[in-house]
Amino acid sequence: MKYALLVACLSVMSWLVQAGEAQPMAQDPQVEARLVVIAEELRCLVCQNESLSSSHAELAEDLRREVRKLIRENKTDAEIKTYLVERYGDFVLYKPPLKPLTWPLWFGPFLLLVLAIGGFWRYLRQRRQLTHHHLDAAQRAQAEQLLKD
Amino acid sequence: MKKFLLPLALFAVLVVFLGVGLKRDPREIPSPLVGKPAPLFSLPTLSGDKPFSPADMKGQVWIFNVWATWCVACREEHPLLVQFAKSQRIPIVGLSYKELQGSEAANAQSSEADKLQLARERSLKFLQKAGDPYKLSVMDLDGRVGIDYGVYGVPETYLIDQEGIIRYKRVGPLTPEILIETILPLIQQLDKPA
Amino acid sequence: MIPELGQFALVLSAVIALFLGTVPLAGTLRHNVVWQSLARPAALLQFVLVSFAFACLASSFLSNDFSVKYVAEHSNTLLPKPYQFAAVWGGHEGSLLLWVLMLSGWTAAVAIFSASLPLAMVARVLGVLGLVSVGFLMFILTTSNPFDRLFPMPADGRDLNPLLQDPGLVIHPPMLYMGYVGMSVTFAFSIAAMLSGRLDAAWARWSRPWTVIAWAFLTFGIGLGSWWAYYELGWGGWWFWDPVENASLMPWLVGTALIHSLMVTEKRGSFKAWTVLLAIAAFSLSLLGTFLVRSGVLTSVHAFASDPSRGIFILVFLAVVVGASLTLFAWRAPAVTLGGTMGLVSRESFLLLNSVLLVVATGAVLLGTLYPLIIDALNMGKLSVGPPYFNLVFAPLMVPLLFVLVPGTVAHWREARMSEVFWRLRFVGGAALFLALVLPFVLGSWSAGTMLGVFLGMWVGLGSLQHVVERLRKPGRIGGSFWGMHLAHFGMAVLVLGITGVKSYEVERDVRMAMGDTVTITPYTFRLVGMEDVMGPNYKALQAKVEVLKNDQIIEILRPQKRRYFSTAMPMTEAAIDSGVLRDLYVSLGDPVAGDTPSWSMRVYYKPFVPWLWAGVLFMVFGGVLAALDRRYRRNTNQQSVRTAGEALSGSA
Repeated sequence: MKYALLVACLSVMSWLVQAGEAQPMAQDPQVEARLVVIAEELRCLVCQNESLSSSHAELAEDLRREVRKLIRENKTDAEIKTYLVERYGDFVLYKPPLKPLTWPLWFGPFLLLVLAIGGFWRYLRQRRQLTHHHLDAAQRAQAEQLLKD
Repeated sequence: MKKFLLPLALFAVLVVFLGVGLKRDPREIPSPLVGKPAPLFSLPTLSGDKPFSPADMKGQVWIFNVWATWCVACREEHPLLVQFAKSQRIPIVGLSYKELQGSEAANAQSSEADKLQLARERSLKFLQKAGDPYKLSVMDLDGRVGIDYGVYGVPETYLIDQEGIIRYKRVGPLTPEILIETILPLIQQLDKPA
Repeated sequence: MIPELGQFALVLSAVIALFLGTVPLAGTLRHNVVWQSLARPAALLQFVLVSFAFACLASSFLSNDFSVKYVAEHSNTLLPKPYQFAAVWGGHEGSLLLWVLMLSGWTAAVAIFSASLPLAMVARVLGVLGLVSVGFLMFILTTSNPFDRLFPMPADGRDLNPLLQDPGLVIHPPMLYMGYVGMSVTFAFSIAAMLSGRLDAAWARWSRPWTVIAWAFLTFGIGLGSWWAYYELGWGGWWFWDPVENASLMPWLVGTALIHSLMVTEKRGSFKAWTVLLAIAAFSLSLLGTFLVRSGVLTSVHAFASDPSRGIFILVFLAVVVGASLTLFAWRAPAVTLGGTMGLVSRESFLLLNSVLLVVATGAVLLGTLYPLIIDALNMGKLSVGPPYFNLVFAPLMVPLLFVLVPGTVAHWREARMSEVFWRLRFVGGAALFLALVLPFVLGSWSAGTMLGVFLGMWVGLGSLQHVVERLRKPGRIGGSFWGMHLAHFGMAVLVLGITGVKSYEVERDVRMAMGDTVTITPYTFRLVGMEDVMGPNYKALQAKVEVLKNDQIIEILRPQKRRYFSTAMPMTEAAIDSGVLRDLYVSLGDPVAGDTPSWSMRVYYKPFVPWLWAGVLFMVFGGVLAALDRRYRRNTNQQSVRTAGEALSGSA
């Protein structure tokens, strides 16, 4: 009996409670979505090493506000990045721009891979030639025989 | 034979770079604005007269100094600025940057005018006590002009020439060495007739 | 008194280390057996002395002795006892002492577990380790003494950084250091081999179990760091390509290459020079990591407070140790003999490819980490190289590596046929391809990256399973190294699937919640039902109570907190996580939001497959341990070399 009464009360209460679906923090989720993507590639300038999207620093808040404003003005990602680079230099970009200064950075790993695979291939072929010279057919047969015994 | 020396050679190059790197400060960012025109703006001033714009300073070499009363490092350079201002060599314009930053009282104020008033009061109080090197100070409450100038850490100081081009930027407090070795000679150079 | 005793012990241990680094080595040159035999006792004595010094420092922390500067900087009377102990390695000086403790520990272990090694070899290995210890001890005594006193003594300490007051972060540095320092053992073995002029397969066999154990520790340490970042930092990230993270990844990559290369050198006598170079590189990267973290050349959230004099010391030390090793290498390597025959397609060539790809990956990470420094040193400006770069460059390098992993375990030694290898793998390949096409659809969304990740993970995982099943059908004992290898590879597969899963399907909702509000990420609903103040031993926190519902049933209650430690003004977020086998539910409490009803900003995450990241790491660690404990490493040397030679000749696995 007591239990039924409790259930009845709770049901009434839950009907009375005005709770609803939580609203997103952002004013405009679409703008926010773009902000997150762009800010992930930008550096927080006053932090030890954090992206603009995750930092809690004041300047980071200011810059995120600035980027939101630019997004609302329908600027492209590239334009927004250029806007910031004009003011803070390349340092603000976590993805270094591709220019002669950064060619070694962007092409280096690929070049290294090509050189390494090339060296690897050459080594194996050289190795094969060298060791194949050690035994000719007759000696090979002899060695096989010995091993079988 | 030679190829076995390659790792050692590469390592030596690495050590050299690391050694040079030790002398550098990885957090100091050079400004891309040096050599470019000083970004234009129009902001209210500390004294409350007509708003100020960098165009007003055309024809003079001047210093633009970013400061705030909450900025501890600014206190370091303030006496130097006051002394320099006394020499009347060139005018110093101050940028009061986000004076109400993080301030509880500021959040309680509802209107922009009230916020501006509070910021002015605070700044004036500070300047009365510590000395006022500024010809005038503009109030950048939300830091937007700071962003245009690439401000990331207060204090910062710019040297701007007669055409309004930024010639030099210093991040961090001014020191006598910087003043004597860099700024003064640069002013000398800029003052020479074309 | 105790700090002075500790300092004295350090000085003594530096003297002993110097002795260890000179006399036994001289003994090998002069064939003086007595001098050589002094190596083992010296190593043990050094360990005892350093342990004593460490105990002194720990005692200073536990007794709140704030007259010791280091204790005052990193501890506090309110700090819970376990953290007071962990604070010993909470700062630069103490962490170095931990490093030296580990080093002397590994040295002592080599002294104890080397009964079957020739004395001259032991003398050389311990000698090299002794010399490295001298360097670190001198560094501590001259620039980073944890026992310096502070006058006047403060009433209370500055407290341990709240970020470090956490169990994960307590074990992370010791495990990581065990790994870094463990690489010094293989390094010492390779130097010893070069010094003796005999770069043969024997040194590879002796050093392999040590390398694998060090690798296991390093894997565990890196995994712990990642896990800690995930649950502590509040937004569910687990890898940031931060310079210090990279500094730990690079020795791991080279260490992995080293383990596989040692395998070939041991079994087939091949790649001797390359393996030695990898051994030098692995330890050099550990030292480089130490330099990067403590010198101030790179900005990082992990960096210790830097000091130019410290940077110079480490750099000089690094230059001397690595320079001398590479010079020795350049001198001895040309005389190295070639080893067994090797076909273009063979297990050896696959393993060499493994080395090559891992070294290229290491090179890429090194390039990205140091590029800003290089550009700055050349006065060409300031750049940032962050996650977008590393993700773009590193992932493509891992793809071929994961792909060739499976044929590599299947191919015969000496000579194999590509067609045969892939025919054996036809079911695995087919199944992996099928799952790669189907699973993404089932899970929600489809992208090329997801498909590739699923394919590679399944390829490696199923490949291992098939191999195990095939082997179980055959008679004969299966050794620890077989289980270890496949468990580790399987762990890699689980890790890859975890990374693919979380990156493809994670959902984040950044919302404001008032009492009773809900957020839904199907099939889960999160409801805020409570908010209260709680007190901790040295902090005060605001704690939210969040119900998690699935199908209208409450399956969990999460309690995220926002803490304010008394000692610092820094607010700390403690996220609340509900971990399942297939997913994590993650809730993080933010700041209060202005408005009529009290509400707070909350971040709610659905993170599928994240537990697979940690499971994968653990599998790899256990795999490594199993492999290292294989009985054949603990058998008599003579018996061993006969078996190894026999295996090498017949070319069997």
